[in-house]
Amino acid sequence: MKISKETKIDLFTRMVKIRTFEDETHKIFMAGKEMPGFLHLSQGEEAMAVGTCANLTFDDAIYTTHRGHGCIIAKGADLKPMMAELFGRIDGCCKGRAGSMHFADVKTGCMGSNGIVGEGMRLAIGTAFAQKYQKTKNVTAVFFGDGATGTGAFHESFNMAATLKLPVIFVCSINFYAQMTHKSVHIPIEHVADRAAGYGAPGVTIDGNDVELVYEEVSKAVKHCRAGKGPYMIEGITYRHHGHFIGDPCNYRPAGELEEWLKKDPIVLYEQKLLKEGVLDEKRIQQIKEECKNLVDEAVAFARQSPQPDIEELYKDILA
Amino acid sequence: MGKPIMFQWAINHAIAEEMRRDPTVFIIGEDVGKPGGPFGVTRGIIDEFGPERAVDTPISEGAIIGLCVGAAAAGLRPVAEIMFMNFITLCVEELYNQASKMRWMFGAQVKVPMVVRAMTAGGYGAGPHHSSSLESWFASMPGLKVVMPSTPVNAKGLMKAAIRDDNPVLYVEPLSSYRIKAEIPEGDYITPIGKCEIVREGTDITIVSVGRMLQEALKAVDVLEKDGIKPELIDLLTINPLDMETIYASVKKTNRLVIIHEAKQTMGIGAEIAASVQEKMFDWLDAPVERVAAPFTHIAFQPKLEQHYLPDATKLVAKVKQMLG
Repeated sequence: MKISKETKIDLFTRMVKIRTFEDETHKIFMAGKEMPGFLHLSQGEEAMAVGTCANLTFDDAIYTTHRGHGCIIAKGADLKPMMAELFGRIDGCCKGRAGSMHFADVKTGCMGSNGIVGEGMRLAIGTAFAQKYQKTKNVTAVFFGDGATGTGAFHESFNMAATLKLPVIFVCSINFYAQMTHKSVHIPIEHVADRAAGYGAPGVTIDGNDVELVYEEVSKAVKHCRAGKGPYMIEGITYRHHGHFIGDPCNYRPAGELEEWLKKDPIVLYEQKLLKEGVLDEKRIQQIKEECKNLVDEAVAFARQSPQPDIEELYKDILA
Repeated sequence: MGKPIMFQWAINHAIAEEMRRDPTVFIIGEDVGKPGGPFGVTRGIIDEFGPERAVDTPISEGAIIGLCVGAAAAGLRPVAEIMFMNFITLCVEELYNQASKMRWMFGAQVKVPMVVRAMTAGGYGAGPHHSSSLESWFASMPGLKVVMPSTPVNAKGLMKAAIRDDNPVLYVEPLSSYRIKAEIPEGDYITPIGKCEIVREGTDITIVSVGRMLQEALKAVDVLEKDGIKPELIDLLTINPLDMETIYASVKKTNRLVIIHEAKQTMGIGAEIAASVQEKMFDWLDAPVERVAAPFTHIAFQPKLEQHYLPDATKLVAKVKQMLG
């Protein structure tokens, strides 16, 4: 598959945007004053989010997890209402009600993060059902981690999607930890994508830190789904740089493991590749990083000036 | 009025009429297609609308309801069958964390118009896993409406209202009422959600019945009237949101209140109504508010034990006489 220069720059830019957003979010959260609640960050897993979403339009849907900032940014959501949401402000994409773990941006096709592990899969089959029912060619991608493969939601949803031939792409980011428990403890097989065969669907395991590889594989999955052939599973091997949540001491991680994975950081790898290929030079890379930083700074400024919701907001929109 | 039809066909006709009216409405669940469900409630729908709109699924309650939430958020109007209400325990996650919260949580970016049908089956010896009435769990969930029809007329009207509602609605239907026949109005009509109905006017005591307990309450009222007692009988119809104003107005008139429901008394709908009435109507009450409901144990398969467990007309008559005595 030939990937155009523009697409390569787009893939790189989206990953940098996510990393910049999450690094800044981390800093603000640690300062302890402005960002309430819990925060789950996805640094290290950007290639899965970007390689997938770069194949989708706003009419295609995604569902993501409690660690979902990256997917939502990759899909194209505006950073300002996202940041305002993390600050719990009224101009947040969910009016400050959802926070990091539960937010959605429906106009860009981000149908929701989820505080319940695996649950995005059960909802994703419904949106895919609607896409098929309404005779669109749209697809739904659902992100989940290795931990979610142990849920009943995984089996039920995959089985239902295959039975009803629904256009769902199951995107599993293996980041090696179900919260704090290593994959070797809770998954009895080497590759969970092998399970797709049990539902009569294609399933592949790939390097989830190679953004072009993810992009190519998802493009095959999208074609498969748009052709009405039912679900497709992609398992990408990646790594979570931070702990389960911010504040997690990570005492379960063997010494040296993080350092090994930092060498395989998807953004660092791709930056080197694009430099080598001459797609970008140092100056342009610096420029992209500055542009992303500016976008994030603007988002933070936007969030800071947005008011907190009035108490009445607690009682609005319970019913349509 | 039209010719008499059975409760279960009232549900069936309501769904079919709504499917004709609105192409976004579809039914989904285990056996809803050709078999029409275990008791034939959806029989014939697949013949008219095809398998695309009468969707048989694997036995995956969580995925059925999750699918409905995702489909509703994307613009469809699913009507799901969960069969026996005990099976709803397998999808409380989807109903509570997802369906009931989604609109509020996402800042009104979506609507979640979906109906979930669940059947209660007390009185059939169906035992601990097939007979429970769990509606009060769901009535405590903001964002999820709960209705309990009691006659063919309101079974049809509430189903049509539920399908047209822009919110998730749990529709609790009693197996023991499926064969009740009544004349129902011709043409299109709805029974509004959130309104109870004064079935019998009276002055001596207010009886609030929930779901199929209307049939028991009607028998009790006949007995009581023969003894010169004039109860006012209110059919609750909607469990969430509760129509307390109608109940308050009735209590103002009768000064006494008893609630009858099939579910357990503990943490039940009756407790909620009683608490609200004593808060708002304390000066109007001439007696403590009472409840006729199931005891705090499990429903039995064994007929003698089940009969003892379930509330009925005899127990209601005894309670009313005690309150007036």
